[in-house]
Amino acid sequence: MNIFVLLKRTFDTEEKITIANGAINEDGAEFIINPYDEYAVEEAIQLRESHGGEVTVVSVGGEDGEKQLRTALAMGADKAVLINTEDDIEYGDQHTTSKILAEYLKDKEADIILAGNVAIDCGSGQVGPRVADLLDIPYVTTITKLEIEGDKVSVVRDVEGDSEVIETSLPLLITAQQGLNEPRYPSLPGIMKAKKKPLEELELDDLDLDEDEVEAKTKVIEIFLPPTKEAGRVLEGEISEKVKELVSLLHKEAKVI
Amino acid sequence: MDFRLDEDIQFLKKNVRDFVQSEVEAVAMQIEEENKIPERIIEFSKEMGLFGLSIPEEFGGLGIGMVGKCALYEEIGATHNGYTTLIGAHTGIGTVGIVDMGNEAQKRKYLPDMAAGEKIGAFALTEPSAGSNATNLKTTAVKKGDKYILNGTKHYITNATEADVFTVMAVTDPSKGAKGITSFIVEKEFSGFQVGAVEKKMGLRGSHSAEVIMEDCEVPVENVLGVEGQGYVNALKILANGRAGLAARNLGSCQKLLDMSATYANQRVQFNVPIIEHQAVAHMLSEMAMEIEALRSFTYRVAWMVDEGMKVIKEAAMLKLFGSEVYNRVADKAIQVHGGIGYIADYPIERFFRDARITRIYEGTSEIQKNIIAGQLKKEYKLD
Repeated sequence: MNIFVLLKRTFDTEEKITIANGAINEDGAEFIINPYDEYAVEEAIQLRESHGGEVTVVSVGGEDGEKQLRTALAMGADKAVLINTEDDIEYGDQHTTSKILAEYLKDKEADIILAGNVAIDCGSGQVGPRVADLLDIPYVTTITKLEIEGDKVSVVRDVEGDSEVIETSLPLLITAQQGLNEPRYPSLPGIMKAKKKPLEELELDDLDLDEDEVEAKTKVIEIFLPPTKEAGRVLEGEISEKVKELVSLLHKEAKVI
Repeated sequence: MDFRLDEDIQFLKKNVRDFVQSEVEAVAMQIEEENKIPERIIEFSKEMGLFGLSIPEEFGGLGIGMVGKCALYEEIGATHNGYTTLIGAHTGIGTVGIVDMGNEAQKRKYLPDMAAGEKIGAFALTEPSAGSNATNLKTTAVKKGDKYILNGTKHYITNATEADVFTVMAVTDPSKGAKGITSFIVEKEFSGFQVGAVEKKMGLRGSHSAEVIMEDCEVPVENVLGVEGQGYVNALKILANGRAGLAARNLGSCQKLLDMSATYANQRVQFNVPIIEHQAVAHMLSEMAMEIEALRSFTYRVAWMVDEGMKVIKEAAMLKLFGSEVYNRVADKAIQVHGGIGYIADYPIERFFRDARITRIYEGTSEIQKNIIAGQLKKEYKLD
């Protein structure tokens, strides 16, 4: 089975976000594999373990993404590809990323492509479906279970707490939801071996793409932190008075009723 | 002079930290309450390859040097010390005997399973009448045909209840004293071998120390580890090899205590300011941080000397001594910084305090380390 995983390098979930000069401050921050992409990597490795084949992990971004690709290799992926856009693209959006990925994948004859349901930084959830659309293959998002027999695929999809069973066929793109599996920790011997696994680096030129073909369709107007939460208020007095005061506050102060 | 760890080691270290801090830390209080390390944690540790830290790559281990091992031990030390000891004693004194003194056939037979964590290793030297004076062993080994017959009782054997493979020291020639001791590889399945009473300890819960009883225990001659009569020297070598690793584990525990103490001192408010603003508290933290930094430098320097093949008898003894004493001082200050909460068993500080205490005793007491250092000094400064 020819398996591909789309992987994004993101801020560590433990990091405190700060803003400097209108941009998110990355100094000294730790980076990780986007947690949803980690489920995708794990699922890909499990698929290979039961169906055979090869797992290739692909990432679009700067040179720093190599670390997260090495982690995926250490977990058990066979090959990694870094499409380095550092020199060509100053600002990219979901259109940029999906166009690049689709261009890379179009002649790879992937049986299945796995991605995260959403990246925890920008949170658009668009790249997976866009890539599937560009490749003209079916996709199912936010899956929690995947079973493949021959060309037939059965998928359980998380729909806001409920689940939906979908039957489809290969080739296919899926995006992983929490609960799909429990990602393994890379083994220490795996980490040592990962150094010897192939990690290919490509640029836009190698994919015959021009910068304007992948130019972002959106632009960032402003970046700001959510307002800090203020301390709550405890109302005093008899129950009936408190209820009256609460209702009046909801009308006049909060203006939600 | 370059004090940085190389990139591979940093990457391994980070992965071990992520695992230890998210998985083992999450069950640290559970380990303490149940006196048992959850199976899931042991399985994860096996999958990660933590049991193969000391074993060469060709036998399924990680094949890294002492600097790398210490870097990982530092992370393994930064959590419940029962877990630290399970991994530490196996990868330290439990496996290095076979790695360093075993012949090809012994390595091939035992190391792959030990690297995978499928077989746990333990080191059985101490006896009721032979602690610091390891030459006073009473366990005997008598050769009969193609077997040795072992008789005797070992006690306080770390990991004895979990272990499958024991490095056992026994007397083969009582007339030769220290030179009449031989080391053996003994499997728990060998006839006449059994694990006896499990000790109730002050700390290190989740890691079990027990008696090992051998009654006409039959050990095939091919299980002699190294050369007959070299058992005492082997034991000293195995212990010396373990010393840098033990210090690194203590270093990790110290760092964890500093992290918790400095965080707490920044949050706990008394007299309207965080207590770190009170000089008496601030100075305790400074002293902790300074001693930890000194221990870190010393640990990696000795580890580097080991990797360079230098003689480290004196330095390893100093490091074992210093690491254990620093851990005890740091644990004491951590309780003082935390105040009452540091004494309460719902919080991890008092656990570290109890667990720290054994480090001044096991794998050679602090006093024995001083004797070793003094012995080396005596040699160095002797007038010819």
